[in-house]
Amino acid sequence: MESVLGRYRNLTILVGVLFLQALGLAVQVKRGAEAGNTRLIRIWAVDTITPFERALVWAQNGTGDLWHSYFFLRGVRAENRQLKEQIERMRLEQVRLSEDAEQAHRLQQLLAFKEQVIVKTVPAQVIGSSGTDLSRSIYIDKGSNGGIKPDMAVITAGGIVGKVWVAYPSTSLVLLINDQTSGVGVMLEKSRLQGVLKGTPDGAVNLERVMSDEKVEPGEAVLSSGGDQIFPKGMPVGTVTKVGPGREMFLKIEVKPAADLSRLEEVLVVTEKQERNAVVQSTGRVRAADILAARLPSVPDKPAAPAPAAGTTAGEATATAAGQVAKVGTKPQTPGASSGGPGSTSAARGVPGAGQPATGEVLKKVVQKTASGGSAANGGSGNAAGSTPASLPAKPAAARPKPATADSTPQPAASADNPH
Amino acid sequence: MPITYTSGEQIEVYRFSMPVTVGVPFLALFLQSFVPRIFPGFAIYFDLPLLVTIFFAMARRNPISGLFTGAAIGLAQDMLGPYPIGIYGIAKTVVGYLASSLGAKLDVENAGARFLVTLGFYLVHAAVYFTVARGMVNLTLHWSWKYGILAGLANAVLGVGLYFVLDKFKQRT
Repeated sequence: MESVLGRYRNLTILVGVLFLQALGLAVQVKRGAEAGNTRLIRIWAVDTITPFERALVWAQNGTGDLWHSYFFLRGVRAENRQLKEQIERMRLEQVRLSEDAEQAHRLQQLLAFKEQVIVKTVPAQVIGSSGTDLSRSIYIDKGSNGGIKPDMAVITAGGIVGKVWVAYPSTSLVLLINDQTSGVGVMLEKSRLQGVLKGTPDGAVNLERVMSDEKVEPGEAVLSSGGDQIFPKGMPVGTVTKVGPGREMFLKIEVKPAADLSRLEEVLVVTEKQERNAVVQSTGRVRAADILAARLPSVPDKPAAPAPAAGTTAGEATATAAGQVAKVGTKPQTPGASSGGPGSTSAARGVPGAGQPATGEVLKKVVQKTASGGSAANGGSGNAAGSTPASLPAKPAAARPKPATADSTPQPAASADNPH
Repeated sequence: MPITYTSGEQIEVYRFSMPVTVGVPFLALFLQSFVPRIFPGFAIYFDLPLLVTIFFAMARRNPISGLFTGAAIGLAQDMLGPYPIGIYGIAKTVVGYLASSLGAKLDVENAGARFLVTLGFYLVHAAVYFTVARGMVNLTLHWSWKYGILAGLANAVLGVGLYFVLDKFKQRT
């Protein structure tokens, strides 16, 4: 046995060294790649390399600053930097505001809706990379001493960059969004389809988990969805460049990142986010039926009829409709109808008694007139239509124009005549 | 550019001073990490730590020394990346062992031989890395001959120049 080992000594040592490394690798894989589980050995390696990188970047910037600040254009450089920072802040703000505007209607329908706001960021400089062609990661010059923690979002004014993978004392390793192990919750700007952004081994970025029956157009913007709890919702992520059939039932969507990931110099680390209630515009109470109507498919509105009805307001249209009912019918049967304005309210409320005297034909006229006259305003047609079901021959709800509105319960605030 | 088969007596074994033994791999790791900041494509095509591993292994012509050099450089390279430590370690251990074994048998002092050897070892390194990364770490990798040969050629060209510079630090035993 000894002679065999002696004869193949080199090979035996090779196998032993490989076995030890494979064992170590297996242990790491078994434990899982926890970002917080920073091994001391990594810290040593990073602390050995990064000070030199930091010094080189500092020297590079110092030389550049010296030239630009004192020899080239004194002061302009600093001002330009300030303006750039201001632009970055404003662009962030702009993104948030525009996204807020998009969301306004949806937010009105959700009670206690939460939104995430970037409260504090730490600027950091890129000082190096992992140096391997298979992992897409960079080192920044801020670490846990500067308040950086794992899983914090890293962004630029252009868009999201990645997340902090490991925070060393004075540096941090940032995993870029085009790394194959990264994943970002995203959504498409127009269609609001949600998916997962994944990197590929060759450094490209794909949007996954979008069903093949969905329609996605190249050029559509991709935003962060906030679903990963790392990136705030609404941050620009990239643009769809190519759409094709993918595996199984999903589309293969290629995305061009909004931030230039290969030429990063300065980034912002989002160190503090705040979750707060969205500010909802107070445009009146919203009925549950309206919320439902917004979610259900509906038949397009009829083209507006010409002349006087087109310009009427919701209240006028409802009043007119109710007036015709009163005129054609014998007499208002309800106390509300007998008092002029309130009579319209009773019709609008769809109280069964209000429609009883009128014939089906009259009510059809009322509906048509109201629909044409009140189409300019949501409340008008909705109110009048709301009165019809009590007397009209029953129709399947799905076949009616604006089904949910037609079946709706009394609407309180839409009509000007409405005392509520 | 012939690779000539020579006897053990004809092949010279070199050694290096401690500063060179430590400093050159360190410089290679540093540049591998820093240069992509300026030239983003650098890390895609070039692997300086691999070239240094091949150079030291071939110059020392000792398989045990070569495999330990490869293991040390590879593990250090792993430590700078986000993936588990050991993928580059295993790949460079194999390359270090093979390069030193080859160096003990063949004369690989001329530029042509070095070019071919570097190209070959780059592909061996890529194959071992691919196998370990897919088989043990479950990374999604796609093998591309086109990319492998392009990167191998790029490394071979750079290697020939680099070896010429590093030859200056050789010390005869």
